[in-house]
Amino acid sequence: MDIKVRVWRQSDSNDRGRMVAYDVKDISPDASFLEMIDVLNEKLILDGDDPIAFDHDCREGICGACSMVINGVAHGPEKATTTCQLHMRHFSDGDVIDVEPWRAAAFPVIKDLVVDRTAFDKIIQAGGYISAPTGTAPDAHAAPVPKKDADAAFEAATCIGCGACVAACPNGSSMLFTAAKITHLGLVPQGQPERDSRVVDMLQAQDDAGFGGCTNMGECAEVCPKGIPLSLIGRLNSDYRKAIAKS
Amino acid sequence: MTETDFWIEGEPVVDKAAPDGPIETRWERRKFAAKLVNPANRRKLTVIVVGTGLAGGSAAATLAEQGYRVKSYCYQDSPRRAHSIAAQGGINAAKNYRNDGDSVYRLFYDTVKGGDFRARESNVYRLAQESVNIIDQAVAQGVPFAREYGGLLDNRSFGGTQVSRTFYARGQTGQQLLLGAYQALERQIGLGNVEMNARHEMLELIIVDGKARGIVVRDMVTGEITTELADAVVLASGGYGNVFFLSTNAKGCNVTASWRAHRKGALFANPCYTQIHPTCIPESGSHQSKLTLMSESLRNDGRVWVPKAQKDTRRAADIPEDERDYYLERIYPSFGNLVPRDIASRAAKNVCDEGRGVGPGGLGVYLDFADAISRLGRKAVEAKYGNLFEMYQRITGEDPYETPMRIYPAVHYTMGGLWVDYDLQSTIPGLFVVGEANFSDHGANRLGASALMQGLADGYFVLPNTINNYLAAGPFPKVTEADEAVAEARKQVEDRIEKFLSIDGDRTVDSFHRELGHIMWEYCGMERTEEGLTKAIGLIRALKEEFWARVKVPGKGEELNQNLEKAGRVADFIELGELMCIDALHRRESCGGHFRAESQTPDGEAMRHDDEFGYAAAWEYFGADGRPTLHKEDLVFEYVHPSTRSYK
Repeated sequence: MDIKVRVWRQSDSNDRGRMVAYDVKDISPDASFLEMIDVLNEKLILDGDDPIAFDHDCREGICGACSMVINGVAHGPEKATTTCQLHMRHFSDGDVIDVEPWRAAAFPVIKDLVVDRTAFDKIIQAGGYISAPTGTAPDAHAAPVPKKDADAAFEAATCIGCGACVAACPNGSSMLFTAAKITHLGLVPQGQPERDSRVVDMLQAQDDAGFGGCTNMGECAEVCPKGIPLSLIGRLNSDYRKAIAKS
Repeated sequence: MTETDFWIEGEPVVDKAAPDGPIETRWERRKFAAKLVNPANRRKLTVIVVGTGLAGGSAAATLAEQGYRVKSYCYQDSPRRAHSIAAQGGINAAKNYRNDGDSVYRLFYDTVKGGDFRARESNVYRLAQESVNIIDQAVAQGVPFAREYGGLLDNRSFGGTQVSRTFYARGQTGQQLLLGAYQALERQIGLGNVEMNARHEMLELIIVDGKARGIVVRDMVTGEITTELADAVVLASGGYGNVFFLSTNAKGCNVTASWRAHRKGALFANPCYTQIHPTCIPESGSHQSKLTLMSESLRNDGRVWVPKAQKDTRRAADIPEDERDYYLERIYPSFGNLVPRDIASRAAKNVCDEGRGVGPGGLGVYLDFADAISRLGRKAVEAKYGNLFEMYQRITGEDPYETPMRIYPAVHYTMGGLWVDYDLQSTIPGLFVVGEANFSDHGANRLGASALMQGLADGYFVLPNTINNYLAAGPFPKVTEADEAVAEARKQVEDRIEKFLSIDGDRTVDSFHRELGHIMWEYCGMERTEEGLTKAIGLIRALKEEFWARVKVPGKGEELNQNLEKAGRVADFIELGELMCIDALHRRESCGGHFRAESQTPDGEAMRHDDEFGYAAAWEYFGADGRPTLHKEDLVFEYVHPSTRSYK
């Protein structure tokens, strides 16, 4: 199939940036979206142009590196699918496709489609862990975890930290990301001792990193490639209120 | 001592840190004999850790907890994205929670046997001992392993074993374990004990007075080159499967950190031992940029088959039961679909070579869940494998609940790596190597669910105990950027970047990488021959020459330049590819992931030659005349006596 892509080009963080159109010819419908960009980049290099910079790594939907806003939607048109797992069979011959980076105050653009997401690491640093230094652990069966809780903790823990939730949020809020970690660690017995301080500290770090506030728009859950539900934000708020009331 | 056109044989290499005596107490005695560093002195010592996967992330966190100053580096934008994250199936541990006859000794035995008797017994025994601590540690960190209704941990079984010892978190075990290590690491970063440098790539090792004292790194955002100095360097930079271009590795996985160390004197052991994973999604066309693994755990319930007839183009559903060949169950009745990976892969290649493969190009076999769905119900199958089925459907556009999956082998893991002693120290003092980057524990073939085990055993429990013995002699004499060795290493990096940018040829970096991959897959893949390997060496040498004359790297050094990053990696892969072929050529036997067509039984099974090749091959970098030097480490089997692996 033949398509046209209009891609955000920005040489570095100081550049204003612009959309640039490219024709891409003879793409297989079985190619992934990133493979389509690969093909385009090979051509750009041989033509003496600067290839498009974009983040990607595992290309199997789990590392969370890939991050393109495609036709205005973070990760593109397929539900619960990262950019790297989106295939060209979901587009049609002759389509014009817009490709932009994540846009959020806390995720500044580095180049083209590459953004800086270290703000997410900062949130985790503030409390997204259970303090369990190596070698101090009791036997794994010392504390049984009801299957229901273990499964729910797992579901929340599947967040890949890609940042689509932030990119989709009109406020640039990271509440879904933070809520996923609060939920994961709050559902296992090992996570209880730090539960109150965790939620308070992570929310503070989130504000400090420049993320916006949550106004329950729900756009985040719509684009989440792992299907993290909006209800987790309610759980975070509940934990936060309890923690504040205790302090 | 032999000398050939391709290599020279040198002195044997000896593991001086290896303990002796009863195997059950070797690790305890080694830990007791190791020198310690007083807690007050630890903060005066700096350790560099390159890579933040299971091995590097856990090592950096644990060393920081112990009080060392740690500097951590990864090429990704966050340590959480290291490729351990993509491991699906599970992690082995000899907990015997199933009461099915498992033990540390059995895990040790299975791993030595599974490795086709090409691993060190002492290392493997230690790995089995530490396996139980990993599960405890991960649970304490909140890793949400799968559980049973009683709240206790669930297990599944994996290829090459007859007990159920694999702990898992649906099909995302690597992700959950890595996030555990990542969170421990982030905690230490927050506490100021680890200096994290994401989007930084190690491009050279700095050796001062014979000791590893630092690395040269490139800031991948600004292009700035800096020298980073320390008292010891730990490489946790993963495997080199991307030498094949197409593999299940992440696109960024590369051998550069290891190769730069190798060029500076670290021996590289068993480079030809490559694991070709039997259950990957087949290629769909020339645009293919990577291959995707479907967890081996699928073989617990999926049945592998091809049509009995050649060139049978009917749909799977239209092929009646008696015209299907469930070839693994037929050839290997006692292990059936759960034979080890190397055996399953070669069997798939054989049936496809016979013209019985399915799908585009006949390069695929079916993995069929129809029986499992009718036996367990769709819901139960969905609970176990739901995310894998979704992934398959997303990539292929086919529904595996309705039609069988098509799978084909792909490069997945590399057992070879930098040679290390029992302390995980390379032949360069002060340079330690952990995880997939070293060669240590899997011999010629790795069993499923053992990579996560090894990465975390090395990072959480082994290295933090053995590195003390080295650091106890520190702090070492102060090194500064003005030192000749430091300045020279930096200049090497700058000159090389300059060279890449100045060639301005007419071929892209990727075109060279793809060509190298074709050569490796064709001649150094699932089946190797003397003729093919000799040819491959010639082709790779010609490719290397062409690369340095015709490669085109756009842009500048002082910016985010992904093609410049790739150029350095591909240049190193080309050199590694040659060494892999030489290693494969020299090993005139079949063992594990290395199958030489000249060395097989009449019914096509691998044939080892223990008398001649019962050693690890540790290679010294190509000398002045272009030939690498082989140093043999004899492998002694006191407990598990080499026998022919039989899974029939």
